[in-house]
Amino acid sequence: MSNTSSALRIVWIYPDLLSTYGDQGNVLILKRRAELRGIPTELVHVHSSDPVPEQGDIYLLGGGEDRPQILAADRLRADGGLARAAARGACVFAVCAGYQIIGESYGDDESNPLPGIGIIDIRSGRGQTRAVGEIVADVDPALGVGRITGFENHQGRTAIGPQARALSTTVKGIGNDDHTEGAYQGQVLGTYLHGPALPRNPQLADLLLRWRVGQLNPLPPSWGERLHDERLAAALR
Amino acid sequence: MSELPLRAQLASVLGRSAASLSRATGRGDGSVIGGRVALKVEPDLLAKLAQGRRLALVSATNGKTTTTRLIAQALREFGDVATNEYGANMPTGHITALSDNKSAVNGVLEVDEKYLPQVLLATNPSFVVLMNLSRDQMDRASEINLLAKKWRTALSQSNAHVIANADDPLVAWAGLGAPNATWVSAGQRWKEDSWCCPECGGHLKRETDPYWECPECGLARPRATWAVDNATDTLVAPDGQQLKLRMNLPGDANRANAAIAAATAAGYGIHPERTLERLREVTSVAGRYTSVVTMGVEVRLLLAKNPAGWLESFAVLDPPRVPVILAVNAQIPDGKDTSWLWDVDYTVLRDRRVFVMGERRTDLALRLETDGVPFETADRVDEVLGRLKADHPDITKVDVIANYTAFQQIRTAYGRVQ
Repeated sequence: MSNTSSALRIVWIYPDLLSTYGDQGNVLILKRRAELRGIPTELVHVHSSDPVPEQGDIYLLGGGEDRPQILAADRLRADGGLARAAARGACVFAVCAGYQIIGESYGDDESNPLPGIGIIDIRSGRGQTRAVGEIVADVDPALGVGRITGFENHQGRTAIGPQARALSTTVKGIGNDDHTEGAYQGQVLGTYLHGPALPRNPQLADLLLRWRVGQLNPLPPSWGERLHDERLAAALR
Repeated sequence: MSELPLRAQLASVLGRSAASLSRATGRGDGSVIGGRVALKVEPDLLAKLAQGRRLALVSATNGKTTTTRLIAQALREFGDVATNEYGANMPTGHITALSDNKSAVNGVLEVDEKYLPQVLLATNPSFVVLMNLSRDQMDRASEINLLAKKWRTALSQSNAHVIANADDPLVAWAGLGAPNATWVSAGQRWKEDSWCCPECGGHLKRETDPYWECPECGLARPRATWAVDNATDTLVAPDGQQLKLRMNLPGDANRANAAIAAATAAGYGIHPERTLERLREVTSVAGRYTSVVTMGVEVRLLLAKNPAGWLESFAVLDPPRVPVILAVNAQIPDGKDTSWLWDVDYTVLRDRRVFVMGERRTDLALRLETDGVPFETADRVDEVLGRLKADHPDITKVDVIANYTAFQQIRTAYGRVQ
C-alpha cells in the first residue's frame, strides 16, 4: 500500500470470502462520510491470497457462509497482519461472520469450537434457532451513537468476556443472546447487524471516523438519516 | 406415457378440479393449489406422473422461467410439452404441470434450486439443465455453496445427463458430480459469488474470462462443446458451426439462456438451427421484457431480483437518453432484506434520468446518492410518465427494472401483460 500519510486508510479484508450481504456498503459510506468532510481516503482491497497490510486505519470484515468463514479465519490467523494492526491500535469493524472470527473462538456448522483471530474478548457458538429479521438496539451511551437498526441473519450466539463490552442493548431482535448486540474493545468493534450497517446508521460510521481523526464537522441530514428513521419506525411498528 | 394407477388418477383429477376452482374464483392460476390437493391423495404422484416421459429439469438462480419457456418452445417441434410455464417451480407446481398434460411424452420443469435434489430423485429426468448460482434472497434461501454441494451429491446418484454452464464455477462443480455432462460456455457477468474454489476454498484464478481454475487443488473449468459469443451474437455448436442467435429477448443473459436451450434441444435430437428459429418466436416470458404503451410512451418491464439480475438488466438498458425507473419492495417473495442493493454498482446510470419507486425506495435513494447518481422519487409509473412528458413532450421510451412484487404490482396495473 502506498503510504500517503494524510489519507485515511480503509482496508477491506477478503471481499472474495467475506462479502455476502452488501458489505461493500460499509466501505462506501465510510469513504463518503470522510470525503464529505474533506478527509482524503485511500481504499485497499485485500484478497484472501494477499497479505494483510499492517498500516491501515480502519479494517472492515464482512459476512460469509460457513465455509468461507472458516477459510477466512484460517487465512487471517496464518497471515497475522490483522492481529498486528489491531495490537497497534487500528480500528476494526466486523459484521456477522467477520464479527465471530475476530473473537477468541467461534463455532462451525456442527458446533465445534474453532479458534478465532483473538483481537476481541468474545466467544461465539451456535444457537438453537436462526435469528433472521430487523433488529433494533441502544448503543452503550459511552459511545454517543444512540439507537441503531439493521438486519440480522445468523445462527451464532456470542458471549462477551471481561476485556470487551457489549456494543448495545437489544430492543428488538436477537443479537448476541437476546439481551445485548455486538461488542467492542478499544477500537475493535463487531456486530450482527449485517451488510450495510454503516449506511443504515450514519452515527455509527461517524464513531469509527471520530476514533481515527478526532472531532468531526457535522453533515447536513440526508438519505442516510432518513433511512435510519424510516427503518427504526418500521421495525418498532 | 403409461396408464396411471387408479389412486394416482383420482389424485390428479381432484388436483385439477381444485386448480380450476382457483382460476374460476380469480384466486390464482391454480398451479400450486392443484398440486397440493393431489399430493394429499397420492404422495408418490410426482414419480408416477413422471414415469415414461423424457423430462428436462431446469434450475438456476436467474433465468429459470425464461430457459424453461425456451426449451418448451423448442420441444413443441415434436408436439405437446408438459411444462410449468407460470413459474410454479416446487413439486406442487410440477404435479399440476404433468397432470395438465398427461399425453405429452416430453416435459420441461422449472425447479426451485432448493427442491432440485428431491425432484431429481422423484422424476428420474433425462436431462438436468443448470445455468448459474448467485446470492439471492438470503433471509430465506439456502447458502449457495451448500446448495451446490447438495446438487452435486444428488447428481452423482442419478443417471440424468447434465447440461450446464461451464463458466460458472459453482454450477460446473455441481455438474461435475454427474456421470455425463454437456458443457456450454454461456458466460458469467456476476462473479462476486465465485471467487473461491467450491472444492477447496482457494482463490480462483480467472484472468482470462471465461476460463477459471483453482491454483490450489487444480479444479478447472470443464471444456465446453457449445459456446456463446456475445460480441458477434453467435452460438458455436459442437461441430464448429457458427449460428447467429438473433433472439427477440434482450441481453447477454438471454443469449446464455438460448444457448443452454439449444444444447438441451439437441439432446432431444433437434438441430440447433431449427431450435434457434423456434426460440426467436419468444418475445416475452410471463410479462418479463414485455413492453406496454401507455400515455404514448413505450414502457419496457425488466424483472431483476438480485445483484446478478440487476447487473444483467443494466446491460440491456437502452441508450442513456432513455430514462429508467428502479422499483424495489421487500415483501416475503422479494426477501425481507435489502442489503443486496449495496452489492450492485449503479455508476453506469449516471448519464440517464433515474426514478426510484417501491416500498424500499429510501434504501435505493441512499444507494444512488452514495454512487453519485442523481435521481428522483416517485409513487407510480404514470406519475413518472407525466413528469417526463411535461419536460420532454416527445419522449417515447422508458425502462423499468423491478424486483419481484414491485414487478408484479406494475404488471398488474397494466392488466397482467404477458
